[in-house]
Amino acid sequence: MDNTKKLEEFQAKIDADTKIEPKDWMPEDYRKHLQRQISQHAHSEVIGMQPEGNWISRAPSLRAKVVLLAKIQDEAGHGQYLYSAAETLGKSRDEFIEELQTEKAKYSSIFNYPTLTWADMGAVGWLVDGAAIVNQVSLQRTSYGPYSRAMVRICKEESFHQRQGYEIMAHMAKGTPEQKAMAQDALNRFWWPSIMMFGPHDSDSPNTGNAVKWRIKRETNDELRQKFIDKTVGQAEVIGLTIPDPDLKWNETRKSYDFGKMNWDEFWSVVNGNGPCNRQRLKHHIAAHKNGEWVRKAALAYAAKQKEIQNLKLEIRN
Amino acid sequence: MTTKEALINYCLRIGDTSLILGQRMSEWCSNGPVLEEDIAMTNIALDHIGQARTMLTYAGVLEGKGRTEDDFAYKRNEREFYNSLLSERPNGHFGDTVVRNFLQSAYFYHLYTALSSSKDELIAAHAAKSLKEVTYHLRHSAEWIVRLGDGTDESKNKVQTSINEIWEYTGNLFEMNDVDTLLIKEGIAINQTEIKSKWDKTVDEVLERAKLIRPTDAYMQTGSLKGMHSEYLGHLIAEMQFLPRAYPDAKW
Ligand SMILES: [Fe+2]
Ligand SMILES: [Fe+2]
Ligand SMILES: [Fe+2]
Repeated sequence: MDNTKKLEEFQAKIDADTKIEPKDWMPEDYRKHLQRQISQHAHSEVIGMQPEGNWISRAPSLRAKVVLLAKIQDEAGHGQYLYSAAETLGKSRDEFIEELQTEKAKYSSIFNYPTLTWADMGAVGWLVDGAAIVNQVSLQRTSYGPYSRAMVRICKEESFHQRQGYEIMAHMAKGTPEQKAMAQDALNRFWWPSIMMFGPHDSDSPNTGNAVKWRIKRETNDELRQKFIDKTVGQAEVIGLTIPDPDLKWNETRKSYDFGKMNWDEFWSVVNGNGPCNRQRLKHHIAAHKNGEWVRKAALAYAAKQKEIQNLKLEIRN
Repeated sequence: MTTKEALINYCLRIGDTSLILGQRMSEWCSNGPVLEEDIAMTNIALDHIGQARTMLTYAGVLEGKGRTEDDFAYKRNEREFYNSLLSERPNGHFGDTVVRNFLQSAYFYHLYTALSSSKDELIAAHAAKSLKEVTYHLRHSAEWIVRLGDGTDESKNKVQTSINEIWEYTGNLFEMNDVDTLLIKEGIAINQTEIKSKWDKTVDEVLERAKLIRPTDAYMQTGSLKGMHSEYLGHLIAEMQFLPRAYPDAKW
């Protein structure tokens, strides 16, 4: 079968909403697009452990500590399923990690911002996980089977994280004046980076074409961003916090909020390595990986010895 | 000393050890040698902090002055903590952590096995529930000791050094004072010498499988029963207690 024929059949499957599975034929660009997107998603889960991990030792109650630890553990688990989903496309986790560490692969830029106060644990859960859910709910319908199934599993936990983050914010917003100020400050710092998590405007987003045609992406950046803003504004009002956007206004004709201009220069500057924590996050990841090298080697050496012994036993028996 | 007073102290010994070890284990988050280990170590941290919460809450109930788990965790000073000297040892490298956890988990495993039939119902219930968790912690750390001990030359040397260096803190696990005397008489606590002989057996078995050498018992560090600790504990506590200390009126 020639490539044009294969491509037609592939597109027909996509159009019929039949999931593409690892053993199915797929265009090289589809494979590459997914390898990049899924691994980037996995890296984001893993790098995202750092800004939240920053507050585990200082969680203000034992209950809060347990909730935060469990959340970060979930994120590590998400990284794990996403690496497995990405591996079905023919590259190993080690290769993906190598790409991350050599800056060939990216992770969500939001994690290049620091978590400065305990309220940031609220803001991250509420806004960052909140934005992630909007994107991930949409990705449950993505055309690649393993990615779609990973999203279904992950979404359940993400909505839990979002609620827990919101709970921290709500609690602080009605706490002492200092707590309320911390909550507002966290919202001020995380609002714009969170809404920029959805990526550039559709008009400036070169990758959207194929991704939409192949149904990797089911909704555009701007559509997803609007959904997130529409559901979040009311949540801020309920707890008495102010979204730091003077242009934010309900638009009765669109039945949606209008909002102000995002600072794309800052966004690209952070993506390109100038965020407050880019170097720190990567260094941390590389250091942990390096420090673990002797442990991984020992585990491999031990497993190899065990296998030899096993084989020897079998030989003796035969 | 009344039985109640003794029991409060006993709860704090167990609860503080769980808390401090949980705090230490949570420092591994995002620092593990592989993602799977990050998850496993976070799990262990979660179990320990969960165990601490039960014991500290119970201490507060027994005391009857309205102190909560958080009052015990966040509002006591260094000299009022009764955790084992082992539990506060810094994480060091992965081998150091695995060794510390193994020695502590082997202790907890035998302690909780015995306390499952304590005459104090809550202690017995706590022990039975925690036994399931520490059985996993013991297996996890023992398996790593074997892998590291019987892995590469480098890992063998490293983990043997870890064991040699931490050994002087193991004697403290089995120390007893009048709290124990009183509670043993009541059938609430267990004689630590009984735990010691079981602990010895577990440690010997695992070290033998790992082809590692058990250090000879030399000088053993002491002090935790009197609330005397290493310098490390003060820093751990200062960090842990920062928010409630800085904002005493805030609720979180
Ligand atoms: Fe996640
Ligand atoms: Fe996340
Ligand atoms: Fe999450």
